[in-house]
Amino acid sequence: MSDNNVRRDFEQIGRWVGQGNRVLDLGCGDGSLLGYLHDTKGTQGVGVEISDERVISCVERGVNVIQQNLDEGLAMFGDQQFNTVVLSQTLQAVHQTEHVLKEMVRVGLNGVVSFPNFGYWPHGWSILRGRMPVTGQMPYAWYDTPNIHLCTLKDFEDLCGKLGLRILERVTFSPHCEVKWFAGWRATLALYRFTNQNNQHNQTNTTGGVR
Amino acid sequence: MINAAALKSTDTEGRKLTEPSNDVQAEPGSVGVVKTQYFEFDQPLALASGQSLDAYTLAVQTYGTLNATKTNAVLMCHALNASHHVAGVSADDPNEIGWWDNMVGPGKPVDTNKFFVIGVNNLGSCFGSTGPASIRPETGEPWGAAFPVITVEDWVMAQARLADRLGIERFAAVMGGSLGGMQALSWSITCPERLANCVVIASTPRLSAQNIGFNEVARRAIITDPEFHGGNYYAQGVVPKRGLSVARMIGHITYLSDDDMAEKFGRAQRAPALDGAWRYGFDVEFEVESYLRYQGEKFSKYFDANTYLLITRALDYFDPSRSTDGDLTQALASVQASFLLVSFATDWRFPPARSREIVKALLNNATPVTYAEIDAPHGHDAFLLDDSRYHAVVRQYFKRIAKAVLDE
Repeated sequence: MSDNNVRRDFEQIGRWVGQGNRVLDLGCGDGSLLGYLHDTKGTQGVGVEISDERVISCVERGVNVIQQNLDEGLAMFGDQQFNTVVLSQTLQAVHQTEHVLKEMVRVGLNGVVSFPNFGYWPHGWSILRGRMPVTGQMPYAWYDTPNIHLCTLKDFEDLCGKLGLRILERVTFSPHCEVKWFAGWRATLALYRFTNQNNQHNQTNTTGGVR
Repeated sequence: MINAAALKSTDTEGRKLTEPSNDVQAEPGSVGVVKTQYFEFDQPLALASGQSLDAYTLAVQTYGTLNATKTNAVLMCHALNASHHVAGVSADDPNEIGWWDNMVGPGKPVDTNKFFVIGVNNLGSCFGSTGPASIRPETGEPWGAAFPVITVEDWVMAQARLADRLGIERFAAVMGGSLGGMQALSWSITCPERLANCVVIASTPRLSAQNIGFNEVARRAIITDPEFHGGNYYAQGVVPKRGLSVARMIGHITYLSDDDMAEKFGRAQRAPALDGAWRYGFDVEFEVESYLRYQGEKFSKYFDANTYLLITRALDYFDPSRSTDGDLTQALASVQASFLLVSFATDWRFPPARSREIVKALLNNATPVTYAEIDAPHGHDAFLLDDSRYHAVVRQYFKRIAKAVLDE
């Protein structure tokens, strides 16, 4: 993902997270998002990460991290323990997609997902020319990509419907700016905030702790 | 700044400290040649069993320098067969290296240039602190079977008194592996305000039936040895070395992973007959047998059988959630420390699932916790071995502690 989109991703997630919230970041990498949220919003963050190297980076950064494979589920986390559960740029690499999305709204009041939009129009152009798309957002060759579950905005929204997830907000970005019209073609990056269908008390940002 | 050597004044009278000899050399990164201090306590210590110890000695080593505000102290809790000799080289024997020497020292993950590290031999042990082999003042004879059963919580209380003696109100961290991790966990529950961080390596919130089963086999081996004499073997001038040796052999198997044993020994024969034929008997046939017998015999020469009974029982009894109807979250509700937990994928004695129970309980309480699950091949023993990922996690965590505690 381009640096520009990393910055947008962080800033948008930051806007959706309340001051001092408890945030769980799934696939937290080197902990930079949680570090950013702590610095800007005073959040209490916990990350989940599988890679030894990235776990060490998190500890170095002062981010609390739990080393675990996301696909093994979030059994270590109790119900509604966090204000927000984030899956930033990781959805497309998760094996148990449906399970992880459901778990997100079990352990958190709301979930935030960001992913590269496979429907971005140059991808279609690439496929028309007979090639899998390789772009700044998805810079991998087809045989060497961690991205096993790529989707478009519509695909994701359909899945949310199937899983009973209510989408609260959607923000989409092109490489240059936020896009509102024809986002399905024009956006390279999509962010969604969602909650459980049955969760009544979470229409807007929650502030303060859950507990 | 108070130098460790300055604490000499509190040493027991009549016990001469071993001065470093010139021919013992320490490796770079080692704390160097170390010596033991003995602290006497004469306030009775009430024990969980209802008994009490009127007076006792604790054998202690310290490394690094306690800062003026006494905020940089780290307590290292030892496991079953270890001691207060955590790091450095023994002044008496250059081959005697501290049990966690790869972890503790100048520039090591627990950096003695920054931290004042304390190793303490637990009550009931046999390396200088009061235990069953010590002389009981009332009788002038060794305690033997009369020595009270000791729990992890009792150890913590004794360690807390040592901290009082050293003027340490709050540890930067209390750390331990295996049974040592239980002590660290117990510290966080029984003295929540006295530690900023709790570092629990390859440990468990309670023993499983299987764990207790192995301990019981070890104890039966000792107790049924004809030379055990009901625990009062000292007077007979013998030790139940066969029983102790078998106890060690079974313990040793649980410290190693199946793969590790396969790789180390496989089915290699020790001294096969001509053409590799079996010897068709019950002497050592396989390498693994020879290794275990050697480990058992070596252990039986330096470890006290009564201590083995006591410490395995302390392991069995440890269960902080016993007072909260098995609810570990509630048991850990009063905890104030931040936690680092590490487990090892091939540890089947205290497998990762046991550490995850602690992590889950801490998360339920919103206690800050970091958990690393290291894919190391060496079973339970991995916590004592040099693994770069494991050590990097501990190193970075202690850098964080140094930053927070020492305001660097």
